[in-house]
Amino acid sequence: MTAALRRFVPAVGLRRAVLGAVAGAGLGALLGLVLQADAGQILGLGYLLALAGFLLGIGAFRFWLRWAAARPPDLDDEHAAHGRAGDWTRYFRFTTDHKVIGVQYLVTSFLLFFTAGTAAMLMRFELGQPGVATSKDIYNTIMSTHGAMMITVALVSIIGGLGNYLVPIMVGARDMAFPKANALSYWMLPLAILLVAANPLLGGFDSGWTAYPPLSQQANLGQQAYLMAFVTVGASSILSAVNFLVTVFRMRAPGMTLLRMPIFVWAMTVTASLALIATSVVAAAFTMLLFDRLLGTAFFRATRGGDVILFQHLFWFYSHPAVYIMGLPGLGAILEVVPVFARKPLFAYRLAVLSFITIGVMSFMVWAHHMFVSGMAEFFHIPIMLTTELISVPTGIVFLAALGTIWMGRIHFKTPMLWVFGFVWAFLIGGITGVFLADVPTDITLSDTYFVVAHFHYTIVGGTIYGLFAGTYYWFPKITGRMYNERLGQLHFWWFTLAFNATFLPMFWLGIEGMRRRVADYPPALGTVNLFVSIAAFNIFLSVAVFIFNMVRSWQRGPRAVPNPWRAQTLEWQIDSPPPIQNFEQIPTVSAGPYEYGGGGGLPAEGRATP
Amino acid sequence: MTAHAHTTDRHEPLDHMGFGEQDSHEARGNILLGVKLAILSEIMLFGALFAAYFVIRAESGEWPPAGLERPELLLPGLNTLLLVASSGTMQLGVRSASTGERSRILRWLGLTLLLGGIFIVIQGYEFATNGFGLGSGVFGSTFYILTGFHGAHVLIGLAFIAIVANRARLGLVSADNHVAVESTSYYWHFVDAVWLFLFSTLYVL
Repeated sequence: MTAALRRFVPAVGLRRAVLGAVAGAGLGALLGLVLQADAGQILGLGYLLALAGFLLGIGAFRFWLRWAAARPPDLDDEHAAHGRAGDWTRYFRFTTDHKVIGVQYLVTSFLLFFTAGTAAMLMRFELGQPGVATSKDIYNTIMSTHGAMMITVALVSIIGGLGNYLVPIMVGARDMAFPKANALSYWMLPLAILLVAANPLLGGFDSGWTAYPPLSQQANLGQQAYLMAFVTVGASSILSAVNFLVTVFRMRAPGMTLLRMPIFVWAMTVTASLALIATSVVAAAFTMLLFDRLLGTAFFRATRGGDVILFQHLFWFYSHPAVYIMGLPGLGAILEVVPVFARKPLFAYRLAVLSFITIGVMSFMVWAHHMFVSGMAEFFHIPIMLTTELISVPTGIVFLAALGTIWMGRIHFKTPMLWVFGFVWAFLIGGITGVFLADVPTDITLSDTYFVVAHFHYTIVGGTIYGLFAGTYYWFPKITGRMYNERLGQLHFWWFTLAFNATFLPMFWLGIEGMRRRVADYPPALGTVNLFVSIAAFNIFLSVAVFIFNMVRSWQRGPRAVPNPWRAQTLEWQIDSPPPIQNFEQIPTVSAGPYEYGGGGGLPAEGRATP
Repeated sequence: MTAHAHTTDRHEPLDHMGFGEQDSHEARGNILLGVKLAILSEIMLFGALFAAYFVIRAESGEWPPAGLERPELLLPGLNTLLLVASSGTMQLGVRSASTGERSRILRWLGLTLLLGGIFIVIQGYEFATNGFGLGSGVFGSTFYILTGFHGAHVLIGLAFIAIVANRARLGLVSADNHVAVESTSYYWHFVDAVWLFLFSTLYVL
């Protein structure tokens, strides 16, 4: 077995982690049997110990344990953990370099994106015609898995991937404030993701990612797997939020004032604040739910004095801000790309910063608009409707900052910029249709229909995924040191955008016609449109295959990238591609804002970017 | 946007990687801010649990529900005194650490450990003799999730205090390098403050 393991798992750290996880799971199961626990409790114990074993095996705690044992730090080991350029095993072990961690997050996110996309294709296969081709249980499990995984992608891809890679460089630091905690945040994820992926083996789960009780209290072990994985992802994101905030507030280079920070860094800062404040609330809610399942508590058991609506309040108190945790990094990436390809300063930079902060604050005041049909207190409807409509004002300002920058710019239609235009269209549709879901009377009619599905995908794909693609193409030369293939990039954009709109625009109509979401079957009269939607959805999948091919192949043998192929002015473009391991030979002193393009015959000499 | 080179040694890559031996001024600030932010997230965790408690209690006709009784006030009251006192001894420990007096650090941290340890023992005794459990409806559920989460935090705090006390014993805590004692004290005061809320809502009000 060790021989096989050695063959398939190349890095020593990961090999030990796998052994640790197996040992932990075995120990947990044994302990459970000795204590005569039920299946759920055994799964819980096994997972906890497997996670501990995995993290111990990967070496996540070795520096801290040394410190706790009052032994002198092993500086050689710490340097080794930082990684060497060109050593590819650093991607498969506990590496503290933020650039390695960023790539780990990005690649993991795209693998997850692909898996969750495959689940979506299976859903569209079932929905291609009326009737039930597979089974309702299988459909529910696939639907829930698609949701759970895509939510994770939206939560971690930009902040974990692009954010980790770029934020320290953009503020002029050599690494994050706590590099070991940063690596720990990443390595908490793989086992949790595997657990979600394995839920069909545990009976699947059919509650969707929202996990409302009482369904989620009665459902299979697959449900429990999802709950435990979600709490793990939450812990990881709290840890990484602390890291981002300390990095941004304490590690900026001299001259990098708060209002000289690139807008992407601002978006990440607000995002990290939201994650820090909101995540532990949902962790508490899911823990209470797990306790109800495993330890006989009664928090959400109505028959014993518990309250199911309470769960929804706690869940959405996190999960609405979470929509902005998903969305703001995407908006930040979009606003970062726009000035570079419009060759203009970012329009209304200060107002955009203010709007990000306002969105962050207001996102805590709108959660109950997910609950207009839940039976919650009536008096709560109108205030929540009003705050929900108000939050579209700062969001609209961010949108206008993108439009205002494009206006009268000298547009370069490169792939990253195309995604910006795609974003403008998709986010506009998403925003306008949101009004009907914020207003109580229309929401009551449209609730739980495909109108909601379409709206949600227009905002999250339009905001987050378009931002992710824009950012990935834009920073690909920086991260890999090679150029992607422009023609394949443009093919990806047009194919994806046409297919995306062909998939989700008809869903608004389907929703108004009364097609219910999260259900495997629908009225036969809607069959033709659903067949069209399914064919369009398969095209989304194929276009993403083009993207993955482009990324993999360009990383292997694309033409070498110069340090600043886009002639951009933020700090990451002033260093080599890929950046040296220390980021900067000497910490720069910043003397100008990030977007001083055009205007008045160029820049002060010392601020000019190298062409 | 970049410009002239500016040499500075305060951003060397590996000197801010956590609780290093030489915690420079920068690293100390990073760690203290990090601990404060982590505590903010913990406040939200307990906030959510308290919110659940208040909602469930408000919806329930009588509290505690018929057939259940709250624990007597004597032992929890004593526990309150112990924890408040331990916050004081912890702070005296921080003060000794900032002047680097090893024997005084050890005395105050040791006393804090003792007070926290007695708290845990009393709490364990109370859990064992309460006459209701996690499964005793919403009353037991809310009582034990709040006190249980708090108790776990006390244990973690005690582990941290023991670790920094041991480091102090070995001479690894000094006037220039005592950020670990400071961060532990932040955490400990937070745990103490949570208990005051717990005591006043679960036991008294």
